[in-house]
Amino acid sequence: MELYIFDGSLEGLLTAVFECYRRKSAIVKLVTEDRHVPDVFDSGYHVVSDREKGKRVWKGLCAKLGKDWQLRFYKTYLSEQPEAFQHLLNFARYIIDQPAGASENFAHSDVLAVSQTAQKVHREKHRMEAFVRFQKTGDGIYYAHIEPDFDVLPLLPEHFQNRYADQRWIIYDLKRKYGLYYDLEKTEEIELDEAPQMSIINALPSNLLDPKEELFTLLWQDYFKNTNIKARKNIRLHVRHVPRRYWKYLSEKQG
Amino acid sequence: MYERIREKLGILADAAKYDVSCSSSGSNRKNENKGIGDAEGTGICHTYTEDGRCVSLLKILLTNHCIYDCAFCVSRRSNDIKRAAFTVDEVVELTMNFYRRNYIEGLFLSSGIFKDADYTMERLVCIVKKLRQEERFNGYIHLKTIPGASDELLREAGLFADRMSINLEMPTETGLKLLAPEKSHAEVKKPLKYIQNSITQFENEKALIKSVPRFVPAGQSTQIVVGATPETDKEIMHTAHAFYQNFSLKRVYYSGYIPISNDSRLPVIGSQPPLIRENRLYQADWLMRFYGFKVQEILNDVHPNLEADVDPKLSWALRNLDQFPVDINTADYYMILRVPGIGVASALKIVQARKFNRLYESHLRKLGIAFRKARHFIRYADSPMQLKEFEAGHIKGLILSESKSKYQKNPDNQLSIF
Repeated sequence: MELYIFDGSLEGLLTAVFECYRRKSAIVKLVTEDRHVPDVFDSGYHVVSDREKGKRVWKGLCAKLGKDWQLRFYKTYLSEQPEAFQHLLNFARYIIDQPAGASENFAHSDVLAVSQTAQKVHREKHRMEAFVRFQKTGDGIYYAHIEPDFDVLPLLPEHFQNRYADQRWIIYDLKRKYGLYYDLEKTEEIELDEAPQMSIINALPSNLLDPKEELFTLLWQDYFKNTNIKARKNIRLHVRHVPRRYWKYLSEKQG
Repeated sequence: MYERIREKLGILADAAKYDVSCSSSGSNRKNENKGIGDAEGTGICHTYTEDGRCVSLLKILLTNHCIYDCAFCVSRRSNDIKRAAFTVDEVVELTMNFYRRNYIEGLFLSSGIFKDADYTMERLVCIVKKLRQEERFNGYIHLKTIPGASDELLREAGLFADRMSINLEMPTETGLKLLAPEKSHAEVKKPLKYIQNSITQFENEKALIKSVPRFVPAGQSTQIVVGATPETDKEIMHTAHAFYQNFSLKRVYYSGYIPISNDSRLPVIGSQPPLIRENRLYQADWLMRFYGFKVQEILNDVHPNLEADVDPKLSWALRNLDQFPVDINTADYYMILRVPGIGVASALKIVQARKFNRLYESHLRKLGIAFRKARHFIRYADSPMQLKEFEAGHIKGLILSESKSKYQKNPDNQLSIF
């Protein structure tokens, strides 16, 4: 077994796949720099991220994977999980070595793991599409922040751009400290020098908000209460659909 | 000002909550005009109420004033409750502002009947028209058809709405006559048929001319109230089946009746809504629509009611043990779909994966099937040798003893109503 150390980037991961072939490594254990604990006996091989090598691997994969699997590969990468990186490396090698169509072998442990991790990331992306709550600021921008379990921000622009084509908006990831800004033309990644301070848990300070914002928050909270049927109360089901860790970002849960 | 709009929303959201339809998918309305909203893809549940139901649309009544006196309805004429009505602008403003903040996918608009059907329907049409034309709103709109409204108004509504629906209310004509003497199923069938024909007509025209406008792109649905009248599950599902067939409905919703009046014809206030029964009906509906079951296989004269303690798929399997075990490595896809504990996604994965290698228990466990349940009905590469076939009661006992079903503790309190 050989130990490969990479920088955690997608380019680095694809480069690592390239290096497996160039160096004819049979079994490779992949680890990111920040998780690597140097060992006297095994210093490991440091993968140097390389655009060209990465591209070649990606092209090779695309030749054998449909669009849906290409996206699954990317989503699994965004999970940021160490074991997912290992599965992606193994998966890539398996796909390259096999004739096209091997991605349908769900009994293969790496195929299954990539598919299941991608599904988890997809679910988190979908949750963000559902649970983002914009607040209209004084200057007319709709602002929301999130802290998703996985780094799903790169998967969101299309959805929100299609939907909110006529309003400017920002979605900011507090955990990873970057966001998306749509300016009516295009969506760009942004970093705020200072993320806005929160007055109560999910609200911007009232001096930053549009004067009518408070009314719509109230109306939404009223609506949430009134549409509930008490005779059918089922908190267990409620929590299954809206896990507690998201509550602090949901304005209807603050009322 | 604040207080009045809050009060109205309170009353008119409260009155609309018994309509269980919540879908916001199945349309094809793209945001092409740089306006707001996109109802093209799958729907999104933006939150869930504490009773566990999805909130995807702003579901409100235009008014809860009503000239009818249907015993099962909160808004019935004789009920002593606060009344309110939104203006057209108020509904438009609420919808737009909720949508812009990503609270909702769109609007579900229903109404009590003000003066007559057309007068009410006209106002509903006015709201959708304003949303589409003035606000350039492309979000989802589900419009409730007012029984008795004229064809012209239905047609106009259909040009702006994504989905239309009209509730059957009671599963049989007799049940409906008992509780709402002024209504009939025939009155529901007429607009359903009209919209269905118009959808087909627009589709045919679309094949010839590209510029034909959309007409109810997400189709029609209906709702059946369960447990207010004494129909069997068989009667309910056969009605649903007939409506799926005859009116190409997208969905039938089943709503467990929640007692809201002291009417002697209805279950008394405080009795539990038949939640398990409702859940089983949805499962049966699913089997019909996605699993290739015929309604007669699930419910028939010998078996007129769904069981509370096991789901309808397991129940069917236990009654048809001669069709099992199913060999995972050779059986056809539809037979694999019939195995209790295997859903559509895992059935597809099984069929894909077995092209590469024979499937063993370890594979099946990882693929996401409910193995403990399924194992009684399948054979796989390393199936244990079985000396004798178990009988149905024994298998059911094994499955129930291993499951953590929330229904197990009180399996009887539901069916005893009848």
